[in-house]
Amino acid sequence: MTDATVQPGAEGRPAKSGSLLEQDARTKRRNAAEARFKFYGMAAVGIGVIFLILLLVSIVRNGVPAFTQTFVTVPIYLPEDKLDKSGVRDPDVMRKVTTFGYAPLLDDALVKTLEENGIEMPFAKPAKLRDMVSSSAAAQVRDTVLANPDLIGQTVDFKLLASSRVDGYMKGRVTRESLARDKNLDAEHLDIVDQLHDLGALERSFNWAFIFGSDASESRPEQAGLGVSMVGSLFMMIVVLVLSLPIGVAASIYLEEFAPKNRWTDLIEVNISNLAAVPSIVFGILGLAVFIQFAHLPMSAPLVGGLVLTLMTLPTIIISTRASLKAVPPSIRDAALGVGASKMQSVFHHVLPLAMPGILTGTILGLAQALGETAPLLLIGMVGFIASNMPDGVAAGFLSPNSAMPAQIYEWAKRADPAYYERAWGGIIILLVFLMTMNIIAILLRRRFERRW
Amino acid sequence: MPALWIFIAVLVLAVLGFVLGRQRALAMVDGDSRHLHSLPNYYGFHVGIWALMPALLVLAVWLIVQPMLIDTSVKSMIPDTSYTTAGELSLVMSDVRRVADGLDLAVERGALTADEAMSLDAGATDVRALLGGVGVAIGSDVQPAVLEAAQAYRASTATGNMVRTVIVLLLALGGLGWALSRTAPDFRARNSVEKATLGLLIAAASIAILTTLGIVLSLIFNTIEFFKLYPASEFFFGTTWAPSFGGGSELGILPLFWGTFYISIIALAVAVPIGLFAAVYLSEYAGPKIRAVAKPMLEVLAGIPTIVYGLFALVTVGPMLVNVFGNEGALGLGWMSGGTAVMTAGLVMGIMLIPFVSSLSDDIINAVPQAMRDGSLGLGATKSETVKQVVLPAALPGIVGAVLLAASRAIGETMIVVMGAGAAARLSLNPFEAMTTVTAKIVSQLTGDADFASPEALVAFALGMTLFVITLGLNIFALYIVRKYREQYE
Amino acid sequence: MYDSPKSDSTVKHAIKIAANKVQVFYGDTHAIKDVDVQIEDKTVTAFIGPSGCGKSTFLRTLNRMNDTIDICRVEGEILLDGENIYDKRVDPVQLRAKVGMVFQKPNPFPKSIYDNIAYGPRIHGLAKTKADLDEIVEKSLRRGAIWNEVKDRLHSPGTGLSGGQQQRLCIARAVATEPEVLLMDEPCSALDPIATGQVEELIDELRESYSVVIVTHSMQQAARVSQKTAFFHLGNLVEFGETSQIFTNPKDPRTESYITGRIG
Repeated sequence: MTDATVQPGAEGRPAKSGSLLEQDARTKRRNAAEARFKFYGMAAVGIGVIFLILLLVSIVRNGVPAFTQTFVTVPIYLPEDKLDKSGVRDPDVMRKVTTFGYAPLLDDALVKTLEENGIEMPFAKPAKLRDMVSSSAAAQVRDTVLANPDLIGQTVDFKLLASSRVDGYMKGRVTRESLARDKNLDAEHLDIVDQLHDLGALERSFNWAFIFGSDASESRPEQAGLGVSMVGSLFMMIVVLVLSLPIGVAASIYLEEFAPKNRWTDLIEVNISNLAAVPSIVFGILGLAVFIQFAHLPMSAPLVGGLVLTLMTLPTIIISTRASLKAVPPSIRDAALGVGASKMQSVFHHVLPLAMPGILTGTILGLAQALGETAPLLLIGMVGFIASNMPDGVAAGFLSPNSAMPAQIYEWAKRADPAYYERAWGGIIILLVFLMTMNIIAILLRRRFERRW
Repeated sequence: MPALWIFIAVLVLAVLGFVLGRQRALAMVDGDSRHLHSLPNYYGFHVGIWALMPALLVLAVWLIVQPMLIDTSVKSMIPDTSYTTAGELSLVMSDVRRVADGLDLAVERGALTADEAMSLDAGATDVRALLGGVGVAIGSDVQPAVLEAAQAYRASTATGNMVRTVIVLLLALGGLGWALSRTAPDFRARNSVEKATLGLLIAAASIAILTTLGIVLSLIFNTIEFFKLYPASEFFFGTTWAPSFGGGSELGILPLFWGTFYISIIALAVAVPIGLFAAVYLSEYAGPKIRAVAKPMLEVLAGIPTIVYGLFALVTVGPMLVNVFGNEGALGLGWMSGGTAVMTAGLVMGIMLIPFVSSLSDDIINAVPQAMRDGSLGLGATKSETVKQVVLPAALPGIVGAVLLAASRAIGETMIVVMGAGAAARLSLNPFEAMTTVTAKIVSQLTGDADFASPEALVAFALGMTLFVITLGLNIFALYIVRKYREQYE
Repeated sequence: MYDSPKSDSTVKHAIKIAANKVQVFYGDTHAIKDVDVQIEDKTVTAFIGPSGCGKSTFLRTLNRMNDTIDICRVEGEILLDGENIYDKRVDPVQLRAKVGMVFQKPNPFPKSIYDNIAYGPRIHGLAKTKADLDEIVEKSLRRGAIWNEVKDRLHSPGTGLSGGQQQRLCIARAVATEPEVLLMDEPCSALDPIATGQVEELIDELRESYSVVIVTHSMQQAARVSQKTAFFHLGNLVEFGETSQIFTNPKDPRTESYITGRIG
């Protein structure tokens, strides 16, 4: 111990003689720095939470109105001489009368409604009144009549969709000032709307068609719904589930339980962790080049969307599945091998069932990720397509063109119409409800079956 | 026989094989399964697998290879005069396929007999009207050469399908028979079945490789096509991005790079400090109660789909920024003319990345051993001094890795920039101007009306290739750093 | 073994730390019960006892390292030079500068040897100039009995040293902040016998300037290095006295059982 030659002495303790009960200046300074640092941390968490709240408020405030829609109730007289000249009430014959034939009936009915309620008619042409209702109204009347020809000759109360401007006015989105630059509706219409609203002939009510209906063309936001694209998403998710669960589990079992430590396995491992971080748009390019250009699968088909999303979510599912396989202690495998089971039997009979809750949780989260993904779907043509018809069968569900929820939302946002923005936000609410449900199921599953070894 | 029916037939054979194999094995030992090497079901599976696997494998390969072969042979039938570019050739080929499909449909609907369909003459019959009658719309009148090619296409497809049916079914039967003949009490059926299962597992694991291969190949081939039509040097060093679908496009990637880079920098400038401080606070300061509330809330941000952030940028953040920085804005600066801008996209992307950065950093900070903190606190350091001088330096490699992963996310993010950044490709320093990115242009070039063989569409693959290479490089590097870092403390 | 100057244990030193009726709780667990103990200056005091008896816990209350554990609660008073360290006005940061600590496992920071030693002086502002700091580093490394081994590689990482060297580096690091009391939590348990011998020798030298408190599970070590010994059992301080007396003539039967190897 030749080192310890420096003798500590009294000179060694200059600043330490002070009492512990009072802080010296330096400690005060350091504590202030400490408080500042802690504050930055709290502020960072706070900012994150504020952003979340801002986002949620924005979604709810903008999206909730999409679930209600303004309807006008109008009694319409359905004259036989215009709708069914033959008088035999044969729908096939009546089909010859197009929506143009029905439009004047609407005009008449609207004018009559105004007269009966003592509302002043501000326009010279009755057709101008029709701007208040959706341009789908004539078709709605026609469809009703064709479905039930006996209505002809009667006056029937129709609950017609109001036009998107009227709906916007009822929701506070459209004002008289904003109409000054808008050719679709005049301030006089709004006077009528106000009076009809007072009379109860025009009101906002819950709009199931938004949830279950189909998309409409650009000029009819009031009619657009998410239903068809929801079906598209459903078919895609079926493809993703059916493919990614077995493939993901099989791949994980191989990598975790059987794979020898060699170059090939290393390559697969590096590959998987990198694929998990490849931008999703690249998977869209892959889908376009391989499934559509090379394999000639149909554009916009949920099958193709599902295949692309499967490839995209597989790495995530493999990573989480491997984690749950790894969590099963080796003693279980040893026990099975000890009674003479083969390696394969020990895995399939013991390890896999024990890891199943974890695997399912990971799969559900992977599905949730796939459900919300948009970018790759753009490239395989699921945007720009107006999903106006429900697929007529399971095969058509997979193969005929459709949209998907996030793609539909993007499509609406692209139409750059405030009425469509509202629908896009509304669509996001529905999408988030699905995602939330899936996440809650995953959390419950984890809570219920979580095992601590 | 269509592929689906062959598939079903093979499946039926496999099930049959299972039953036969099991019965045969049991019969050989007079129903006493103790004399069998493996459980009876394994004998069934053994036969089933042999009936199924070779047949399906051949079927799958056949389905991929046959159209390719027929395509090449039919392509050679089309006269050189009817096309000048590869793009036109592919259009002619798609016409050929449409006509062939239409003829099939016509035969199916009874509008033509099979013989008529084979001997159709473009001069004598109006093929376009005929096909229109069964619901197949052809853009123009059908050229004789096209019709001829379509006939050849149909003929070889029919022959191919016939041969396919025969071969696949024979294989299934043969496999079944062979496996059945090997069934014997001392045959190790379980080992054989397990070997096959292992093969399946390996195949599943290889899909990851196949995916990467698919990505790389589809990018490379189309990128090469693109560089044949457009010089690579102008693509990589051009400063103008002005595609015009009529031709004469300028497709320089630099403005797109600049937009991508600028937006990512802003996003990281938002996400890294906030995410890092949040991670430090949550792992070093927050009590369990605050952690239990704040962590899931941040994770919710991570679970929200990007389309939502895109809409948030487009409808909420963009107008909000215009209200502050726009011409009539609160600050009266007049810096911003429209809601879509680099700042809008960068800010929203930053919000999206906060939970990504914070949860990765949280993991990494927690991996720093408690002994380090104790050592520092034991010397009288405050918590912040401990964090700044001991924990963060120790965690630095991991945090750098996390930031690189976040950068790779930012570069590859699509929806937020498509909706929030604008469409104009520019080289500007003003963050309140609209700019565009590599990903946004991939979307716009491939969703437009351009022909897939034109440089304006193919450029998307070159863009995708560039994007893939950059993000892959970042990811590999980042994952390497993070892994090294983890090993240090394990 | 070497000779410990046990003879001076009869010399009376000033009381450095006095603990009165100290209770420690971990959540609902009562980990330390009613401990009274007086630790003298310039003396090595050893805490011995079976695993889980609370000796480490009690050590950590002496410089409030327990504050870093959320569920830990301390009652009673611990006086350092007559001032209660659990008084609200006391800043644990200032306290820990006076009461340094060396841990069970050597825990050098992932920095250079120089920066490891300079860390404490820097945060407490003990050096005005670079030359001051250099001097402190050298002095501390000498006092940590490791100067000769590392003087040529002060700027290589501290994690590159051997286990014993790392632990002496940590002791030097603790000494560098000029503490008055040095707490050591089983400082040799992760070391081999040779390194242990070196560290024990160092402890004996440190006694000349500091009050040293050492927790050890090895009775031989306690006998070798300490002048006073406290025996803990199930959270109670069973016996406290001169080391020679505890080991040769324990008053409490539990102490005797432990020393003779019947419990532990």
